[in-house]
Amino acid sequence: MSLIGTAAQPLRVAIIGAGPAGFYAAERLFKETELVIEVDMFDRLPTPFGLVRNGVAPDHQKIKSVTAAFDRIANNPRFRFFGNVELGRDLSLDDFKANYHQILFSTGAQTDRPLGIPGDELIGSHPATEFVAWYNGHPDFRDCQFDLTQERVAVIGVGNVAIDVARILCRTQEELMKTDIADYALEALSKSQVKEVYILGRRGPAQAAFTAPEAKELGEMADCDTLVPPAEAELDPLSLASMASADRADVRKVEIIQELSHRQPTGKAKRLTLRFLVSPTELIGDEAGHVKQMKLVHNELYATDAGSLRSRSTDRTETLDVGLVFRSIGYRGVPLPGVPFNDSWGVIPNDAGRVIDMQTKEPVCGLYTAGWIKRGPTGVIGTNKPDAAETVESMLEDARNGDLLAPAHATSESAAAFVLERQPELVTYADWKQLDAMELNKGKEQGRPRVKFTRIEDMLAALRE
Amino acid sequence: MKVRNILATKKGQLATIGPDEPVRRAIAMLAASRIGALLVTDEAGALVGILSERDIVRSAASDENLFDRPVGEIMTREVIVGMPQDDVIAVAHTMLERRFRHLPIMDEGKLIGIISIGDVLKTQRDAYRGEVDTLETMIIAEGEE
Ligand SMILES: Cc1cc2nc3c(=O)[nH]c(=O)nc-3n(C[C@H](O)[C@H](O)[C@H](O)COP(=O)(O)OP(=O)(O)OC[C@H]3O[C@@H](n4cnc5c(N)ncnc54)[C@H](O)[C@@H]3O)c2cc1C
Ligand SMILES: NC(=O)c1ccc[n+]([C@@H]2O[C@H](COP(=O)([O-])OP(=O)(O)OC[C@H]3O[C@@H](n4cnc5c(N)ncnc54)[C@H](OP(=O)(O)O)[C@@H]3O)[C@@H](O)[C@H]2O)c1
Repeated sequence: MSLIGTAAQPLRVAIIGAGPAGFYAAERLFKETELVIEVDMFDRLPTPFGLVRNGVAPDHQKIKSVTAAFDRIANNPRFRFFGNVELGRDLSLDDFKANYHQILFSTGAQTDRPLGIPGDELIGSHPATEFVAWYNGHPDFRDCQFDLTQERVAVIGVGNVAIDVARILCRTQEELMKTDIADYALEALSKSQVKEVYILGRRGPAQAAFTAPEAKELGEMADCDTLVPPAEAELDPLSLASMASADRADVRKVEIIQELSHRQPTGKAKRLTLRFLVSPTELIGDEAGHVKQMKLVHNELYATDAGSLRSRSTDRTETLDVGLVFRSIGYRGVPLPGVPFNDSWGVIPNDAGRVIDMQTKEPVCGLYTAGWIKRGPTGVIGTNKPDAAETVESMLEDARNGDLLAPAHATSESAAAFVLERQPELVTYADWKQLDAMELNKGKEQGRPRVKFTRIEDMLAALRE
Repeated sequence: MKVRNILATKKGQLATIGPDEPVRRAIAMLAASRIGALLVTDEAGALVGILSERDIVRSAASDENLFDRPVGEIMTREVIVGMPQDDVIAVAHTMLERRFRHLPIMDEGKLIGIISIGDVLKTQRDAYRGEVDTLETMIIAEGEE
């Protein structure tokens, strides 16, 4: 039995990444009654909440309200937030090891999966991850440029992120005004010339990754007709057979898609077309290197050995005129300096949340992981709760067994002093609550839910005042 | 959800055995690593069969001297193989329908892992729980405002 986890020597935990996984992990740690635990949570941004702030679509304000539940966790006196502190920039893994008994990585999936077709790199071809971060006001992406003078846009992939991107492109100014979309994005989108948006799925409606409520919402926009080519909405015999064992939500999703396929354009300003069984094979550029067209091949489905339906190309092709392309085929985790990484899946290799060495498969003492960087970029906010709970179980078991790091400095004061020395402009939770109040106030003045700070300098300057 | 999402959560250790090894060794391996099946591979690493607990029980019922027999004699030869891109929901259906509990996964001709019906059902359960936990978090949040 170790003596760590007592009032005299609390168990000191660093959580790196202040998204849902990090908060759920902190919550679960604080539920532990036998051990005294102190949590310091770090984020490279001055603002907490990860993708809830920078990913979740601005027109989905209701879901963004989950942050109030995270506030409650942050109110615990044994919780501290060190924003604007990045692992790899301000602190190294060894720095963390010198100050904490356990370190949890919940850094999410910071980049996109590449598509790898010719023309991918043309001007006007972007990963959806960048557009999402841009319209949400992520400081690293606020200066991205998207050519919204283009009338025709393609979004590749049919996950919920593709739906978000298409919806934001098709919303009216009035609809966007009611959101906390970044100021500059609101302005840029108000001048948008976009009239025609295509969402391109390589398989059929029954295999679309988006969920039913998101599909339904597409058909309910103020000034956008949402259509599906009837031939592409129809299910092939294999998909039809698979529906027999599909769950209700998937059946509902197909019904919604088929309902959309019966609609006719009603003369709204924009048109969104959901397409199925097509794969982009090449982007074609003009003389200046801007995307002007996309080559598509039509697909058919076949069953794999294990019964999954996959697409393969037929000899039917077509060319689509588009001046702007968003690739929305999934996110991807990035390696953290000094931390094992499984490059095949883009995750930190782990066993029930314990980080394991790639070669020996043995746990690395004191290191843990949760959320998208642990299991890959799938699942909704709540999925991170049982995921983080699993990791915390492993952490508590190790703590009880004394399998901990041996930090040279293990007090909250020494850690704070150390971090402050490395990053004098760190942002505390109290600082964040001030920024939050300012954002909400500014929103109130403009009749919007919130007006975000989108520059780190602006946040730091506002806090100095 | 894809099979690769399941593989990402696993340690990635492949429990393999040669077809000429005795069943005794296979049983010891199954017990030691607390798993339900071994992949049977030849010297070149190619998959030649799968040996599950069920194969062992079935053979043991008719042969008490099973322990010294080579794995190759009692393994299942016709192995259904999955790929990282397979949809979990379709795989679940196939495993339940065709009554097998372990699915070796190959990528570009290379054996890269194995998933069990337990993994598949856990993934589906986690997806449902995620929806519920999101709602629960929203309700807690409403209480805070
Ligand atoms: C576009 C989009 C929309 C979504 N919409 C919804 C939705 O409507 N509803 C829903 O339920 N779910 C939605 N999701 C899913 C949900 O956002 C995720 O399940 C969840 O955010 C993942 O949590 P996480 O904590 O693992 O990662 P993240 O939320 O990504 O948090 C990771 C945090 O780590 C920080 N970080 C990264 N690297 C470092 C470092 N080196 N040092 C310090 N900090 C670091 C990041 O700044 C970030 O704050 C959406 C996802 C996306 C991408
Ligand atoms: N409102 C919400 O609740 C919400 C909003 C946003 C995100 N999220 C969640 O966040 C997670 C991530 O979402 P996501 O949309 O990034 O990922 P996703 O759900 O995994 O969808 C990825 C999409 O890209 C397609 N794709 C992949 N590779 C492709 C290729 N080479 N060519 C063409 N298409 C390709 C996939 O098709 P195949 O299936 O054929 O591979 C799939 O349609 C999901 O779990 C999602 O539910 C939720």
